[in-house]
Amino acid sequence: MATATMTAKKEKSVLWDWLTTVDHKKLAILYLVAGTLFFVKAGVMALFIRIQLMIPENDFMTGQVFNELITMHGTIMLFLAVTPLIFGFMNFAIPLQIGARDVAFPFINALGFWIFFFGGLLLSVSWFFGGAPDAGWTAYVPLSTREFAGSGMDFYALGLQVSGFGTLISAINFIVTIINMRAPGMTMMRMPLFCWTGLVTSILIVFAFTPLAAGLALLMLDRIFSGQFFLPDMGGNAILWAHIFWIFGHPEVYILVLPAFGIISEVVPAFSHKRLFGYTAMVFATIVIAFLSFMVWVHHMFTIGIGPITNSVFALATMTIAVPTGIKIFNWLFTMWGGKLVFNTAMLCAASFVPTFVLGGITGVMLSMAPVDYLYHDTYFVVAHFHYIIVGGIVFGLLAGLYYWYPKMFGHKLNETLGKIMFWSLYIGFHLTFFIQHILGLIGMQRRVYTYLGGQGFDMMNLVSSIGSFVMGAAIVVLVINIVYSAYTSERITVRDPWDARTLEWSTPTPIPEYNFAQTPQVRSLDPWFYEKVHGDGTMKPAEPMGDIHMPNGSILPFMIGLGLFIWGFGMIMLNMDNPIIPPAIVIGVGFVITFGMMVLHSKEDHGYHIPVDEVKKIEKGVG
Amino acid sequence: MSDEMSKPFPKSAMTEDERYELKRETRIQVISFAFMIGLTIMSFLSVSTETIVTGFAIPFILLLGAVQFFLQLFYFMHLKDKDHGWPNTFFTTGLVLMTPMLIALILLLGVTKW
Amino acid sequence: MADHIDVAQGLPANPEKATLEGKNKFLGMWVFLGGETVMFATFFGTFLGLRKGTVGGPTAEDLFSLPLVFIMTMILLTSSLTSVLGILAMKRNNFKTLRTCMLLTVLLGFGFVGFEVYEFYHYYHEGLGYTTSAFASSFYTLVGLHGCHVLFGLGWIITLLARYWNAGGVTLANAPKFYSASLYWHFIDVVWVFIFTVVYLLSVGGA
Repeated sequence: MATATMTAKKEKSVLWDWLTTVDHKKLAILYLVAGTLFFVKAGVMALFIRIQLMIPENDFMTGQVFNELITMHGTIMLFLAVTPLIFGFMNFAIPLQIGARDVAFPFINALGFWIFFFGGLLLSVSWFFGGAPDAGWTAYVPLSTREFAGSGMDFYALGLQVSGFGTLISAINFIVTIINMRAPGMTMMRMPLFCWTGLVTSILIVFAFTPLAAGLALLMLDRIFSGQFFLPDMGGNAILWAHIFWIFGHPEVYILVLPAFGIISEVVPAFSHKRLFGYTAMVFATIVIAFLSFMVWVHHMFTIGIGPITNSVFALATMTIAVPTGIKIFNWLFTMWGGKLVFNTAMLCAASFVPTFVLGGITGVMLSMAPVDYLYHDTYFVVAHFHYIIVGGIVFGLLAGLYYWYPKMFGHKLNETLGKIMFWSLYIGFHLTFFIQHILGLIGMQRRVYTYLGGQGFDMMNLVSSIGSFVMGAAIVVLVINIVYSAYTSERITVRDPWDARTLEWSTPTPIPEYNFAQTPQVRSLDPWFYEKVHGDGTMKPAEPMGDIHMPNGSILPFMIGLGLFIWGFGMIMLNMDNPIIPPAIVIGVGFVITFGMMVLHSKEDHGYHIPVDEVKKIEKGVG
Repeated sequence: MSDEMSKPFPKSAMTEDERYELKRETRIQVISFAFMIGLTIMSFLSVSTETIVTGFAIPFILLLGAVQFFLQLFYFMHLKDKDHGWPNTFFTTGLVLMTPMLIALILLLGVTKW
Repeated sequence: MADHIDVAQGLPANPEKATLEGKNKFLGMWVFLGGETVMFATFFGTFLGLRKGTVGGPTAEDLFSLPLVFIMTMILLTSSLTSVLGILAMKRNNFKTLRTCMLLTVLLGFGFVGFEVYEFYHYYHEGLGYTTSAFASSFYTLVGLHGCHVLFGLGWIITLLARYWNAGGVTLANAPKFYSASLYWHFIDVVWVFIFTVVYLLSVGGA
């Protein structure tokens, strides 16, 4: 049976293979590609926004288009660009770092990707059906209710509902993988920090995306079925939405930034050639940050006027977050202290992350002071603050991860010269764009307004900011060029460990065979690969004899379930359309039947196949 | 291995002790079910009869609800058993995180200034 | 995977957790239920925040009939017991009892849904439409969401029963599936404990 499946597998076409794959390494690449596409899309929107704001009273676009662009820029960047990019790295690195052959639920892993992807698609098609959502990424009611917002908000509510569900099940998969699938000897406190942050991020997703799902359901019910949750006339309450949104929204910030912390904690020790300083403190800081992230959401709502006691409590809780974050910053500095530093592009991104993130953190503490927040609220100071966290923190972290893991993922390094050009232009462009926005905010420029009058002292600074954003855009172009250029010219990597790194993923052959580890490794210490290089013979000790390797079968069902949910969501939106060509009920029914029909089909047992031991030996000889 | 996954077993590998334990377990489940029924009847009664004052009935039914909640989780859903460390962790985390959320949605809606 | 179970010994004492797949399903289900708790908490919070917002429409005290809710509670509690007995039978390798218990659970579940549909129909005719007030919307949303969970659970258990009716016995592959479904079913019951306490009794009790 096993050999029959092996030959059948080889006949798959490339497209069919990628649509049906359940391999975590391939799904990682799918996540990266999808995330990059959404990232570029939202980045272009940002450039349009900066063109509009370059000069006072610009008429490059109307206020409506501006509103749609800022909404989509924020929504896409957070839900559809950064989230899949971190999921890409988590998918790739976590099973390798804990010594597993695959994730706990390969099928769910693929399902999570396709549901996320179709959810993102649903949000994106809004442009063709009456315009994109336009109530800001926070979708505050009553602005986003049926009374005031256009059909775009329906796409917002349903697109995010669908893609959020995909994110949720992927997170559950990561949690179970990390808890149940670790190799022998890989105790929780020997896991690389990226696995720890991946675990904590996944836990945050489980407990933060569920309130979001509830909130989006309320918004959808308000808009499509005229639910009365938010209208004071009908007994509703507008602040309800703000609470639910920020109960999700604040942890979301940490969902995005913790994996970036994890990547930095991998890259910095690797290129300092030193073990991570204060590993235990790092782990506990991560957990404390995660806990506190659920206790601070009202700081987004200081000016709503809930009352002085509430504001004080939440201001204090917010300031507390600076403590564990400070611990992390110092640990990275001490890791670099006295190390044999190698400043390649990955390390440049990681090292520059530290000061940039400190700046974002400091402004965060400034914003946490409730009385002063009345001054900062809804100005460009806030915009500058969160872009220092998101671009200066997360994007630099992701780039560090990209340059670091690229040779393992694709079998060749990215070009260093182009990489350094990218880094410096991005770094300079970033500070040019956003540092000046602190000052713009302090002198009173409001965010979310599509233009401003000249002669208020805003003109010059806005111009500088826009120029900075073009420099950042150019840096991303250089990155794309680098990827294409390196694919053709870079030297193929055949060694296991091109960076002389420390963690388990570098003990696998390059390119990685489908089953990751021919024999599950025995882990003897933190940084197991480094330990074997120094104290052992430079190879991982196997924890089991060579044998047949059990692998899961690919499946088209995840793709179909994603498609079914897309059709269902679109049908729900059609309920609100003036002239749906097909009756919405039919579309909803078709989507429903596809989704649940595929689930029923999935209940058929599928035990996967085995790669026979001879085959494994042959592959190992080929790559070893 | 794969083929063994879908094969039924002619017998159970349980030892006599395990069998005895399972019998006891079944008895405990039935008793806790009877107890839950009792709790439910009590809470319905305390609300529907006129003799019990509201000031007592409300905290009382909330308490009964909490007791029943723990019975369900720890007995019916087996959270009391060993090997349930992680499930306990996740469920407790959920309960801890939802508490401020519930309080906020009930109290902090801007109607009363706190 | 790397589990070596001595199959000749017979069905392991805890068949749902005997394999790595089983352990994964078990933990994944619990993590999911932890998340569901928070989601239901959000809907409970919405209801509790908005329940006074009746704007002249019918109030909870006007509408809710406790006998009906009591019957529904009893039905759901009993269905929880039957599913627990089913799982205990599964551990004893008694597939027939497992089948019967799960079938009973399904029947009781349908009974519950039937009463709920009747209840909603009744309230609707008393003048409590979905859009009548914030109270109406949040009540129907919370209880309706619970009803949808019951329906999903029914679909799940029916699928399992249909798939394995003739499986011939408890296997290492189907034991974790029945176990997860029964965990989900208990969770629905747990949520109902809070619904009858917080939504019905609290409102009728006058708090």
